[in-house]
Amino acid sequence: MSGALEKIQRQIQWNRLIAVVEEQAQTMIRTAFSTTVREAGDLSAGVFDLEGRMMAQAVTGTPGHVNSMAEAVGHFLKKFPAHTMKPGDHYITNDPWLATGHLHDLTVVSPAFRNGKIVGLFANTAHIIDIGGLGMGPEGRSVFEEGLYIPIVKCFEAGQPNDTFFDFIRAGSRTPVELEGDIYSLCACNDAGAKRLVEMMDEYRMESLDDLAAFIFDSSMSATKAEIAKLPQSVVWRGEIRSDGYEAPVTLQAAMRAEGGEIVVDFAGTSGLSTRGINVPPAYCRAYACFGLKCVIAPEIPNNWASLLPFRMEIPEGCILNAPRPYPVSVRHVIGQLIPDLMMGCLAQAIPDRVNAEGSSALWNPPLRGGSQVSGQAAEVEDFEIITFNSGGTGARPTKDGLDGIAFPSGVRTMPVEATENVAPVIFWRKELRPDSAGPGKTRGGFGQIMEIGAKKDAEFAVNAIFDRVANPPKGRFGGGEGAGGWVGLDDANGTVLRTKGFQVIPKGRHLVLKLPGGGGMGDPKQRDPALVARDVADGLVSLAEAKRVYGQG
Amino acid sequence: MSSQARLAVDIGGTFTDVAIEATTGEDQVQRWTAKVLTTPHAPELGVLEGVRVVLARAGLQPSDITLLIHGTTLATNALIERKGAPTALLTTEGFRDVLALGNESRYDQYDLNIELPQPLVPRRWRLPVTERLDNTGQVLVKLDEEAVRAWIPFMKAEGVQSLAIGFIHGFVNPVHERRAAEIIRAEWPELPISLSCEVSPEMREWERFSTTVANAYVQPLMASYLARLEAGLRSGGMTCPLFLMLSGGGLTTIETASRFPIRLVESGPAGGAIFSAHVAKQRGWGKVLSFDMGGTTAKVCLIDDFAPQASRTFEVARVGRFRKGSGLPLRIPVIEMVEIGAGGGSLAHLDSMGRIQVGPESAGADPGPACYGRGGTKPAVTDANLTLGRYDAAAFAGGSLALNTQAAEAALVEHVGKGLGLEAGMAALGVVEMVDENMANAARVHAIESAKSYEGRAIIAFGGGGPVHGYRVAEKIGVKKLLVPSGAGVGSAIGFLRAPVGYEVVKSLYTRFASFDVAGVNALLAAMSAEASKVVAEGSFGAATVEHRIGYMRYVGQGHEIAVALPVRPLVEADIAAIRAAYDAEYTRFYDRPVPGSDVEVLSFAVTVATVVEDVEPAAEVAAAPAPKPIRSQQVRDTATGVVATWQVYDRTQMAPGAEVPGPCIIAEDETSTLVGPGWTCRMDGLGYLELTRGDA
Repeated sequence: MSGALEKIQRQIQWNRLIAVVEEQAQTMIRTAFSTTVREAGDLSAGVFDLEGRMMAQAVTGTPGHVNSMAEAVGHFLKKFPAHTMKPGDHYITNDPWLATGHLHDLTVVSPAFRNGKIVGLFANTAHIIDIGGLGMGPEGRSVFEEGLYIPIVKCFEAGQPNDTFFDFIRAGSRTPVELEGDIYSLCACNDAGAKRLVEMMDEYRMESLDDLAAFIFDSSMSATKAEIAKLPQSVVWRGEIRSDGYEAPVTLQAAMRAEGGEIVVDFAGTSGLSTRGINVPPAYCRAYACFGLKCVIAPEIPNNWASLLPFRMEIPEGCILNAPRPYPVSVRHVIGQLIPDLMMGCLAQAIPDRVNAEGSSALWNPPLRGGSQVSGQAAEVEDFEIITFNSGGTGARPTKDGLDGIAFPSGVRTMPVEATENVAPVIFWRKELRPDSAGPGKTRGGFGQIMEIGAKKDAEFAVNAIFDRVANPPKGRFGGGEGAGGWVGLDDANGTVLRTKGFQVIPKGRHLVLKLPGGGGMGDPKQRDPALVARDVADGLVSLAEAKRVYGQG
Repeated sequence: MSSQARLAVDIGGTFTDVAIEATTGEDQVQRWTAKVLTTPHAPELGVLEGVRVVLARAGLQPSDITLLIHGTTLATNALIERKGAPTALLTTEGFRDVLALGNESRYDQYDLNIELPQPLVPRRWRLPVTERLDNTGQVLVKLDEEAVRAWIPFMKAEGVQSLAIGFIHGFVNPVHERRAAEIIRAEWPELPISLSCEVSPEMREWERFSTTVANAYVQPLMASYLARLEAGLRSGGMTCPLFLMLSGGGLTTIETASRFPIRLVESGPAGGAIFSAHVAKQRGWGKVLSFDMGGTTAKVCLIDDFAPQASRTFEVARVGRFRKGSGLPLRIPVIEMVEIGAGGGSLAHLDSMGRIQVGPESAGADPGPACYGRGGTKPAVTDANLTLGRYDAAAFAGGSLALNTQAAEAALVEHVGKGLGLEAGMAALGVVEMVDENMANAARVHAIESAKSYEGRAIIAFGGGGPVHGYRVAEKIGVKKLLVPSGAGVGSAIGFLRAPVGYEVVKSLYTRFASFDVAGVNALLAAMSAEASKVVAEGSFGAATVEHRIGYMRYVGQGHEIAVALPVRPLVEADIAAIRAAYDAEYTRFYDRPVPGSDVEVLSFAVTVATVVEDVEPAAEVAAAPAPKPIRSQQVRDTATGVVATWQVYDRTQMAPGAEVPGPCIIAEDETSTLVGPGWTCRMDGLGYLELTRGDA
């Protein structure tokens, strides 16, 4: 009977561990300074065993950090082995290749001690608002231009802040108070997790996490393998997706197969590196590839070392998904967030009734800057630097329409226009759904949005554009049509078109207009329920002409 | 006449609970209660029936009642079932999709088939008009009055029956919202109109518009229901004042409730929290955790200093298994609590990894748990409790429902035991441990989300399941004291009787401590105080009132505010430093580390005016009394150790104040059982409440 009780208690402990890391993430959201963390939720939190294997990850957070943060802990342990760690130590880095892919993400690792003995590690990652350099954008030609580079160092030693470290940090950022506050917040949330972990170990009189880790890893591994075994084995599925790129279009290619309990993805055929910051470090590629596979194949299995292990990526050297240091990587999400669509393009050949059509996918975040950093002494408004998190439509689903103006695969949220207008001298003149942008199909894609943004007093300002899917709109599947491609330009009479990437000034008196892409459709539009077409027409989302042309109605 | 008889009615999903408390000349309080079935098609009928029953029990006439307090889930149900009025939204050109876009996110990262809540107003009825204010309230673009007028024939043709008006920054300067309402009223006076600047005057357009639209959506229904109810009560001879319970814990008049019915949505659970707060006050316990576990959900609420924690954000009609972010956001004064899908009817199964999952799916009343023998084949929490030996199959619910233990065991083995190689008893243990763990985790995360700790608190447990699961949840979060009050079955209705007549006004005004706008803040607070006082005066009949003022503030750049009390008088410069110091102290208390060198910003203010709640006399110490005799014993499996042992069962009605029994044992009563786990002791206090303590607490 004690065997049965142990079996149940291990389940309870696993459940508790997930609550512990959720508490860790919520502490971060409540105490963080950067809008990117507290408003947008661009963060991740997890608990690890002493070998650096992730045991549980908070549900709250964004997929870009999945298993890139998990890999990071191993790098920390290489430099600072567990037995050298002391209570009150906190370790930090933003190395894109040792952590989550660009300098704006800080990763902090902290040991948890029980009765003077180290029992586990907590890690978290957060996207902070500024790390110096050129700022968030694609313009850097090497990582050195993209901001302050923090190797793995101790930011706190035995509970004492490392003053030299904090001096460097404050000097290197446009927002020193926020940055320092965020680092305090990251350390505090790891401490919160450690405290709860020790309470659980006391309650169950656990001397180490080894048995629990083994149980979690065994259950997760076998469940994941069982799901993979349901797929056709040893058949190669190929997929391709195109991005607008920076200086030239980029093609991502994948060949996928399920065999031996694993899914192996080979990215051979993918375009080479860019000279600008859209390159993707390999850990970030693995993160989004893994997410794309997992949400189709095994969405219920919690993230941990073992549940991620059966997804293996082969990323050739020299391709844009395996950027080496010191290539620029600041806005790696523009390419990286297309990877789940690429994965679903492969899986569509194996399990067509479980994947989506392509969506807008890459976030349409406009980094806006104004005041003297743009206009010098002629500035009419105070200096500002803001970013909002916006999204086009998601791809159609086998039995449901895509979502309108909703982030996918990213897990971030946007902030209210009223709040944005309170922190910076900008006016959002328009932010609403974009009619006729959804890819038609039996189920249609989600609609994109139209945003029109000006500065107060219609002053001059600038956008550091990082937009994609303009020349390469989201594709439909199985007879569904393409979503509308994006558009970036001005509100002038000629409809002046701007570049999709790079720093550009919006002249005085003009507004920036963004038309966000719609998601691709799925299935033959002629088979769509006429009542749904009529609803979209009545709602002003599908024009009569479009209803007639693509749906044969009206 | 010095005697008072106050009546409370709580309409729930299944039952309408009614309670009367009467004070006789010698200050003796007597209570009568009744439960009748809710009548969803015409809820006033159930209320009238319940009132008739309870009056008969009390031997009172309708005219003897001096005050009637009513709470209802009617507005909530209308939102969940989408049965409100066809509603339109008049809004700023360029922003007609604020309700559809929300915060552009998914509440579940991994579910490709996710459903998001649909806006209450379809896009074709979201009507844009040209106008625009900036964040300071200055007019950037004048209201196009012709455009407003032009929508009237369209709305009439479409059958619109209620209208919400919400403009960007309309809460800063209501001039455009009010003018638009004026134009429409002039031509269509009978159309109910809800303005965002009145319903929810706070920053964040999605939440404000959502709240305003929800108010407009339920307004015709609620106004007509309240009018029918009042007419029914009056024609039955009831002459007393009628008050409605608000989700924020105060009471208001029918007139105010009819204008802002969205403030009624969570009134039942609010009553439960007030019930707990009152019990805490009776015992003089400054920090408690209210734990209300019913048939489908459990509600956890932290109560400090005898006042339930106030909040301004709430979600209604969640579409994603109680998941946060899957409902319609409301910004109204509410009592902060967490509600999870964990109740006696919650069903258990194994997921793909063989992990036991409990809820949120519930067996409901029909077919109910497997042990009810009404055709249910899936194991519910009640089945697991029965299998563990916690209930006597013959004596459940006062013997009114004989339980089938074999059916419970079979369901547990089939859906849980088989997959894990466990027999029924251990499968039951797994289910109960998991649901207890889920509730403990909800309490943990709720505490961190509200920046409070649960350490050192006492739990007040009520609802059908609270007294059964309370001690184990307490063990899981390290709590050593648990109280099971009497009247726990109609806790919410009793809570209504303890609520003050009160009203809260919240308004946004941004200011930083470095440049604190003393004059501006004073003007705003004075106006808010006058507004709240006016509403309260309608129902307080000259009773003494008390006012509270709060500023919601945070370090500049942070995202979550902390509530800091402000003096109730015009502020002077000297107050600024004191308020700032109070903020730093609060922050450090929650998060250990203050942040050096940061300014603090205030985002909004709240003013509450409420009648003074009568002082409660702390319970008198009672002398030890002899322990009652057990009425029987049961073989019960302990969920912490798996050990099966003999637990004595006592009848609560046979227990005298001061009597003490050691755990493990069960104190049985008609509506529920209080479990006293191994290592716990149960003593009846001077109020007749069961006080459980663990170990050396």
